[in-house]
Amino acid sequence: MRSAESMQIMTNTMAKFIDVVGKRLPDDIVGKLSELRATEDSPLAKAIYDSMFDNLAKAAELDRPICQDTGVISFFVKAGAKFPLLASLNGILVESVRIATTDSPLRHNAVQIFDEVNTNDNIGEKIPYVHWEIVDDGDEVEIEIYMAGGGGSLPGRAITLMPSAGYEGIVKYVFDTMVDWGINACPPLLIGIGIAGSAEIAAILSKKAILRPIGTAHPNPKGAEFEKLMEKGLNELGIGPQGLTGNSTVMGVHVESAARHPSSLSVGLSVGCWAHRRGTIRLKKDNSYEIKSHAGVAL
Amino acid sequence: MKKTLKTPISSEDLEGIKIGDIVYLDGHIVTCRDVAHRRLIELGRELPVNLVGGAIFHAGPIITQEGDKYNMISIGPTTSMRMERFEQEFIAETGVKLVVGKGGMGAKTAAACKEHKALHCVFPGGCAVLGATQVEEIEGVEWADLGMPEALWISRVKGFGPLIVSIDTQGNNLFEQNKTIFHERKEKIVAEIAKNVKFIK
Repeated sequence: MRSAESMQIMTNTMAKFIDVVGKRLPDDIVGKLSELRATEDSPLAKAIYDSMFDNLAKAAELDRPICQDTGVISFFVKAGAKFPLLASLNGILVESVRIATTDSPLRHNAVQIFDEVNTNDNIGEKIPYVHWEIVDDGDEVEIEIYMAGGGGSLPGRAITLMPSAGYEGIVKYVFDTMVDWGINACPPLLIGIGIAGSAEIAAILSKKAILRPIGTAHPNPKGAEFEKLMEKGLNELGIGPQGLTGNSTVMGVHVESAARHPSSLSVGLSVGCWAHRRGTIRLKKDNSYEIKSHAGVAL
Repeated sequence: MKKTLKTPISSEDLEGIKIGDIVYLDGHIVTCRDVAHRRLIELGRELPVNLVGGAIFHAGPIITQEGDKYNMISIGPTTSMRMERFEQEFIAETGVKLVVGKGGMGAKTAAACKEHKALHCVFPGGCAVLGATQVEEIEGVEWADLGMPEALWISRVKGFGPLIVSIDTQGNNLFEQNKTIFHERKEKIVAEIAKNVKFIK
């Protein structure tokens, strides 16, 4: 097949998948929200969960984006070195955003820096954001789509602590941010923590952490235990759905890490709102695809 | 018992409504967020919509257009705290009675709600299709130069809600009260976790 034809097919596949991601939550998130909903007993928390699930049903029925803030579209690409369209993939992803913006439709969320104008098509300087990793010698790519909404992005931050602050400093930093900012970010939240030796590495790891499916754990048993401690502790804050108090605050806490410099201990924090619009798709060299995040979806 | 407010809203209509109550809205609501607040308060531009007794929504919707008709596809709240810098003066200048958004607002907005008898309410965040189905019609748009999220969209709504009252006309502030509780709990929880994360030794 000619590559121009392949590019067209891939572009349409990605545009359709962006549309799905905006309108239907991934299976693991729906499962977790159902679980948390059942633990709430106050009338206010129950009323909020009722609205959330009513909204998910209406979004499916009317084929509309779950939340009006369809975010800045981000792609995290894990590429095989022999994927035939590797060099064209960036262009394919940009074009797929342009199409989805009109067809879905998506809200216009790309505002150019300094000129401060909305481009009205979700395409701007370095946006959609594409993060690349070459992971193996294969001929497939796996792409995570994430719709980074404004409310969920507001608590995002990174800091470099001195090692004397210890991991205790990380705990304090996350809790301080959650109490001041988490309540506005549409809880229950998925919390991503990046731990590394410099701020930018910690920040990107924290974003990758919220792309991990619910129920997965840090590979180091100490890291996995840290995730559990943080999840339990954040839930004990009792922030509840929409910050209006309740029995849970988070859908989960995920940590991603990179070795640090002896002199620095950096922490990055990213949060995903309850409407965690993430999707995982694998593109193959014969132009077929496999969706991992949303069972039963055909594009 | 479902409490429904109707625009134009009077100070008397809001008497007895307390933080944590759930109300609904019939009538008109106008989207108004970051730049519209800045234009009125900081840049001194006249707001092209009369908000006396009215309602604003901190929201940036998704809208489609067919000819000269607009369709509300998806509309939910944005973070109200971003408007805290301007809201006190905004309430005083416009006579708005109902400010809807998500998350809490601060002491200055609470003072304005008390002085001018207004409410801040939360519409459940992320519930934007629910919101859109409560819009009967988009009656107009102003400051369209700001783009789809920031323009002033004037909607007629029916049974719009649930709206959870976060600041009442006495100036009580639900989120600030909750925040105090969260901060108290936080100190204890952080101290407990800290005992178990001494990995550097």
